[in-house]
Amino acid sequence: MTETVVFAVFAIAAIAGGLVMVGARNPVYSAMGLLTTMFSMAVFYVLNDAHFVAAVQVIVYAGAVMTLFLFVIMLIGVDREDDRTERLPRQRPLALLLGLGLLALVLVAARAAWITGFGIFTGSPVNGTIENVADELFGTWMIPFQATVLLLTIAAVGTVALAQFGSRPPRVRSQNEGPQ
Amino acid sequence: MTVTPGWYMALAAVLFVIGATGILVRRNALIMFMSIELMLNAVNLTFVAAGRQLGLIEGQLAVLFVVVVAAAEVTVGLAIIVAVFRRRATASVDELSGMKG
Repeated sequence: MTETVVFAVFAIAAIAGGLVMVGARNPVYSAMGLLTTMFSMAVFYVLNDAHFVAAVQVIVYAGAVMTLFLFVIMLIGVDREDDRTERLPRQRPLALLLGLGLLALVLVAARAAWITGFGIFTGSPVNGTIENVADELFGTWMIPFQATVLLLTIAAVGTVALAQFGSRPPRVRSQNEGPQ
Repeated sequence: MTVTPGWYMALAAVLFVIGATGILVRRNALIMFMSIELMLNAVNLTFVAAGRQLGLIEGQLAVLFVVVVAAAEVTVGLAIIVAVFRRRATASVDELSGMKG
């Protein structure tokens, strides 16, 4: 019963956060909406006994990634709103239509397996403590873990390279690519 | 009424579709990026719910790997956005038509 109430509340919060993120004019509001969704996700992880993953969600996503996003938003300028002039007519309604179609497709195609198929949770409970996660991560999944280390290193080096090479050539602006 | 895995999957589907629609609708590169993050989060929720249903901890490990990849992706992507902004003074993807010829 408790799980039902918590799920309902945070499901509404997650969906509202997503809608705010997509709809807000100011990018800061978008970031706040996404933050709401991220925290709701952490709550769902706790409901599913994934405690360590919930902590990682809050620390890495809601903490680090969203801070990075807000930092870049502030750097680029918050006072500037999107110009909503549409260059491609009919694109926005078409996009909304495609989104609704995708939703209908996903829900209909998988309804049989999701809503009726699984029933209540039947698997033997897995407690996602740090110990259980680490046993599996540093045992069976050691090589993929090392690969992610490599990936993070490559990403860091690539970011530094982008910052370096992006600033080297002198800024030459031709007529047609000035600020709009 | 108890919360079945189906409810988690349905919620994840709704969030995924919101993210996909955001990519289609918005012009701001930053908000398109946030939409990608939302889609990744939706998929993470299905991993955790399915892992609980099947009694496997691998679902949670998959989430950890997705988080790592997403962090790397955000780093590089935001660096690209900042580099573009320094050149063009815009974050709108409509302005970036330099390869159109």
